[in-house]
Amino acid sequence: MVRKFSVLLVLVAILVAVVPAFAQEFQIPEIVEGKTNVAVVLIGPINDGGWSQAHYDGAVYMKENLENANVVYIENIPEGTESEQVFRSLAAKGFDVIFGTSFGFMDPMEAVAEEFPDSYLIHVSGYKDNGENFGNLMGAMEHMKYLAGYLAGQRAKMDGENVLGYMYTFPIPEELRLGNAFMIGAKKTCPECTMIVTPINSWHDPILEKEAAKALFDKGAYVVFTGADTPAPAEVAEEYAEGNGKWGIPYDWSGSCVSPRCLTLPYWYWGPIYTSIVEGIVDGTYTPGRHYFDGDAKGLGLVGFMEGEELPEGLKDMPEEVLEYVRNYIADIEAGKINRFDIFAGPVLDNKGEVVVPEGELMEDADLDTFDCTEMGCKYGMHWWAEGIEAELP
Amino acid sequence: MELFQLLAAALAGGTVLLFGMLGGIFTERSGVMNLAIEGYMLLGATISYSASASSGSPWIGLLMGAVAAAILGILHAIICISLKADQVVSGLATNFVGTGVSLVLGANLTSLVGTVPLLPSVAFPKLLELGWIGEGLYTLTKQSIMVYIGFVLIPIAQWYLTKTRPGMHLRAIGENPEAADAMGINVNGLRYVYTILGAALAGIGGAAISIAIYSGWFSELTTNGRGWICVGLVIFAQWNPVRGAFGAYFFGILSRLVLDLKIPATLFGGLVANPFFLHPNYTFFLEMLPYFFTLVVMIIGANSAKAKHIGAPSALGRPYSRGEKGKQ
Repeated sequence: MVRKFSVLLVLVAILVAVVPAFAQEFQIPEIVEGKTNVAVVLIGPINDGGWSQAHYDGAVYMKENLENANVVYIENIPEGTESEQVFRSLAAKGFDVIFGTSFGFMDPMEAVAEEFPDSYLIHVSGYKDNGENFGNLMGAMEHMKYLAGYLAGQRAKMDGENVLGYMYTFPIPEELRLGNAFMIGAKKTCPECTMIVTPINSWHDPILEKEAAKALFDKGAYVVFTGADTPAPAEVAEEYAEGNGKWGIPYDWSGSCVSPRCLTLPYWYWGPIYTSIVEGIVDGTYTPGRHYFDGDAKGLGLVGFMEGEELPEGLKDMPEEVLEYVRNYIADIEAGKINRFDIFAGPVLDNKGEVVVPEGELMEDADLDTFDCTEMGCKYGMHWWAEGIEAELP
Repeated sequence: MELFQLLAAALAGGTVLLFGMLGGIFTERSGVMNLAIEGYMLLGATISYSASASSGSPWIGLLMGAVAAAILGILHAIICISLKADQVVSGLATNFVGTGVSLVLGANLTSLVGTVPLLPSVAFPKLLELGWIGEGLYTLTKQSIMVYIGFVLIPIAQWYLTKTRPGMHLRAIGENPEAADAMGINVNGLRYVYTILGAALAGIGGAAISIAIYSGWFSELTTNGRGWICVGLVIFAQWNPVRGAFGAYFFGILSRLVLDLKIPATLFGGLVANPFFLHPNYTFFLEMLPYFFTLVVMIIGANSAKAKHIGAPSALGRPYSRGEKGKQ
C-alpha cells in the first residue's frame, strides 16, 4: 500500500510539474526581414473586453497605419519568469520594438533590454526606464476619469441621489489619482455628492468585480466606476430595477459600454501612440524614457464624445450645457489648452478638510505618481483622497 | 436591510458551490474519488454559455452543460471503474482535460457578453408592501431560479441518501462493495451511474455561474478554483448533503462579508470604528478569511469525525473486482 501510494505521489508530482511546462510553450512569431518588426505582449486574451483588448486594437491600428512594418501580438503571458523568456525570445529573434503591457513585465523587460541593446522595449505602466532602449509609457487617463465623474455627478444630481462608488484595484498612486480626478469632476456637477470606495486587490477577476460592484450598490452607491478590467459595474447595475435603478462606468476598452446601464466609459486609444513611437524609433527621433502622454496625443477617449460615437442612453436627457462642457474640455485637451495638472489645480481639499494644493499652485509630474515625497522629491504627492471620498489612506 | 443583503449574496454565492459539492458527495459515496469537480464545472460553464447563445434557450444551455460534464464523467468512470486505475490520478487528469477543453472551446466566447440568454430570476414584488421586513425579504428572495433549484435539491439529496432504497444501495457500494455485490447489487454499474451523475451536477454548478448567477464566460477565472473549494466542502460535509449545504452557504456569507467589511467607516450601526476602513492594507488579510476559515473547520471537523467514527466511505478510492477482497 505504501509503495503504491508513493508511486502515486510521484505520478502526481510529475503531472503537476510537466503539465504547466507544456502549457507554457509560447509560440514566438517569426520576424520578416527588411521590415520594422513590432511585437505587443499582452497579459490577458485579446478579447478580454478591457485592458488587453485595447492594446490589441493598438496593434491592429499599427498594422494598418505603419508603413513597411510587421506587427505581431502574443496574448495570455503571465508576469514573472515566463514573461522574461518571451521577451528574451522576441529580442533574440530580432524584433525591433517590443511593447509590454502589464506592470509585472517591468523587471523582465529591463533585464532583456540590457542584453539586447538593438531592441527597443517599451513598458506600459510601471516606473522604470534606462534612457536608451527601455522606456516607460502611460497616459493621462485622469482627464477622462474627471469627465466621467462630472457626468456621474450630473446623473446623481438629476435623479436626486448623492452617493457614488469606486472599486479600485490596489492601494497605489495611480488608483488614488484616478479616483480623486473622478471625485473632483463629480463635485463640479453635484457638490453634495460623496463617494464610497472598496479595494478589490485584483486587476482582473470578473466574478469578484461583480460581487464588489454589488456590495457598493447595496451600500447605496448610485453610480459605480471601476479601475479593473471588466464592465462589471454596468452589468450588475442592470439587476437593480427599483426606483431610479443604478448606473455603472466601466473602463479601458471602447467596446465594453454595451449594457443599457453603462453611463459612459473612459478608454484607451493606443493606436496613434504606438504608431508615433515606432515611427520615432525608425527615424531615430524617439528616445525611450518616462513617456507620460497628455490629452493632446489623442490616446484617450470617453464613450459618447469621440468621433462617430452616439450618446449612451444615460446621457441623452442631460442638459446641453453639461454635454457641451465635456465636448469643449475634450477639444481643449486635444488642442493642448488644458493639461493634466489643471485637474489638480489649487485649491484642492482632501477628505479631512486639509488643503492639499493651495490656491494658485499646480502639481508637477512627480506628484501624480508618488505616495511618499520624502523619497521621490516631489511637493504634494498623491497620498490623499479628495474631498467627498469616504475612505482612509492606504 | 444589510443583513438581508448579506444573506442574499450568500445564497447566490453558496449555490454555485452547492451543485459541485452535491455532485462530489454522490460520486464519493459510491466509492469513487472525485477530484475533477473544477474541470466539470468549467466545462459545464463553457458549454451551457455557448449552447444558450446558439440555441437561444438558457434551459437547453443548462441541459447541454450537464450533458457535456457527464460525458467527461464517463471518461473518469471508465478509467477508474473499468480500468481500475488510480482514482486520484484519474481525477486530476480528468480535471486537466475539462479545463483544457473548455479553454479551447471558450476562446471566442468572451465577445458574446450581453447577448447570451440567461436563466430567469425570481422576485416577489408583493413583499415590498410589508414595510421594512418585506423589503428585506424581497431582497433575500430576488434570486436566480438556480438558487431555488439548489435549495430544493438539498433535502431531496439528503432524503435520497438516507431514506430510499437506491440511496441505501449507493451507500452500500461505497462502504462495503463485497457485501453489496453479494446482495445482488451491480456495484460497478451503479458506480458508473453516480460518477456520471456527480459530473452532471458539477456541470450544472458551472452553468449556474455562466448563465445564471454571475452571467458570463471569463476563461479559467469563471470558476477560479471554486471546484476545489467544493472538493474541500465534500470532506467538511462528511459526505452529508445538509452539512455540506451549510458549509456552502457559510462560505457564501464569508465571501460577501469580506466585501462588506471593506466599505463602511464604522460597524454595528456606528458603535465601533472599522479597522479595515482605517487601514485599507489590512484588506489583504481580510481576503484570506474564507480560506483560513475552511482550514479551521476542516481541522475541527476531522477531530469530531474521529470521535464519532464517521467519515469517508470505507471503500472510497478502492476499485471493486469480484473475489478480490482485501487484495490491494
